[in-house]
Amino acid sequence: MSRQRSDTGTLVAVHGAGLAYGAHSVLDDVSLTLEPGRITTLIGPNGAGKSTLARLVLGLARPDRGRVERRPGLRVGYMPQHLQVDESLPLTVDRFLWLAAPGRTRARRDALQRTGVAHLRRRAVRGLSGGEMQRVLLARALLRKPDLLVLDEPAQGVDVAGQDALYGLLGQVRDETGCGILLISHDLHLVMARTDQVVCLHHHVCCSGTPEAVSRDPAYHRLFGPSGGMPNLAVYTHDHDHDHDLSGDPHHDHHGHTGGHHHD
Amino acid sequence: MIELLAPALLAGLAVALVAGPMGSFVVWRRMAFFGDTLAHGALLGAALALALDVNLYLAVVVACLAIAGALAGLQQQRQITGDTLLGIVAHTTLALGVIAISLQRSVQVDLFAYLFGDLLAVSWDDVLALWAGAVVILVLLAWHWRALLSITVNEDLAQVEGVPVTRTRLILMLLLALLIAGAIRTVGVLLITSLLVIPAAGARRLSRTPEQMAALASLLGLAAVSLGLAMSWFADTPVGPSIVVAAAVLFGFTLLRRPDA
Repeated sequence: MSRQRSDTGTLVAVHGAGLAYGAHSVLDDVSLTLEPGRITTLIGPNGAGKSTLARLVLGLARPDRGRVERRPGLRVGYMPQHLQVDESLPLTVDRFLWLAAPGRTRARRDALQRTGVAHLRRRAVRGLSGGEMQRVLLARALLRKPDLLVLDEPAQGVDVAGQDALYGLLGQVRDETGCGILLISHDLHLVMARTDQVVCLHHHVCCSGTPEAVSRDPAYHRLFGPSGGMPNLAVYTHDHDHDHDLSGDPHHDHHGHTGGHHHD
Repeated sequence: MIELLAPALLAGLAVALVAGPMGSFVVWRRMAFFGDTLAHGALLGAALALALDVNLYLAVVVACLAIAGALAGLQQQRQITGDTLLGIVAHTTLALGVIAISLQRSVQVDLFAYLFGDLLAVSWDDVLALWAGAVVILVLLAWHWRALLSITVNEDLAQVEGVPVTRTRLILMLLLALLIAGAIRTVGVLLITSLLVIPAAGARRLSRTPEQMAALASLLGLAAVSLGLAMSWFADTPVGPSIVVAAAVLFGFTLLRRPDA
């Protein structure tokens, strides 16, 4: 594990942030610290203010109360939940990546290789499937050589094996570059084990800490129900009897089971 | 014939050249109605220029920017949606412009020329001014191309990646205002949108990248201006509408091709 960054200060610190849309309070006294080399996962039900908090971190919104401090010169890679390119705009994947990284083609090809979609480089963005688009968006975020990577619901519409590969890749990126990662998810299962810190949000921070600590916290169970909203919720540990590429296909099939992931 | 047609052709070509990439942005950002509103407002600017005896182009640019600013302000309220707002502003400013021009007693003004253009009346000075404006717009477009394209694809992503979103949007407004000021004498305020939108729409079906689409839209615009002028010359039809009809016919031909991207 090599840490290439010399600058190791806190990336983003949110202090007691509050934000309301009209009379509707979205965030109330929320604090959050993002450090280099640490994967933080924001969990919470739909409408809990997760994306709004991410927008504060990204600098896309300002809090009504409290403050957000960002390290000067911070480079952020952002993977939005959805990105729809208007059909009137002809755009290849390469041209789409060029918007973030106008340099040589080589870097863009490498980034796509990294996220397992090198074959899509000359394709039109419009025809991509949801999963393909997410790989392309991740490639675009990585191309910026970010200090902080923010991913909004990266696992949406991706099957379990694909999710596993995605989190594996994120872990690798963190190890290689030492960047901090903020993940937003309402799906707790796989996320938990791959995370250093979990923040459970429901307009305010209900609980936070290591995945193990959060999964034992009563506040967490109040929010997600006794089983954490999932059958058999336990911190997921993956046994590496086989691995997957990013499209979710198992490379080899050990005991003749396909897609037979054990979650218990 | 050539002495009469040359300034008209050169002026039309300058507008069409710039209308290619600008029209592409209008199409991508779904600003057709917005562009139309600015063009209608341009008539008010022209009327003020006549009344106050100031430079026509300057007055039109100022009027367009003022309207763009007013629209941005009005969109803060939520009861009336954007397209309704545009409809209100477009037709109010058009009506005010027509009244203001008809009130000019000192000079005889041909309202028809402002509404539908009078390309055959442009002077060599106009041609020079139009080409100077065209070069300015093209240089600014090239300079800010990546930022403009970034905010068109996704404004959040652009902002996170360090693109000054608000400034880039303002630049696009300014360029649009400049183009409309130039186009008011060639195709007229009622037909400007068509010269922006029709060639770009035609180019969409033939392009795989934004740059291809912008360039092809320029080419289609240049062809439309040439064909429209020829039609006007031989069939004695009004120039502005002839150019628009030519553009529409060219667009019709592009429909024959299957889109591939």
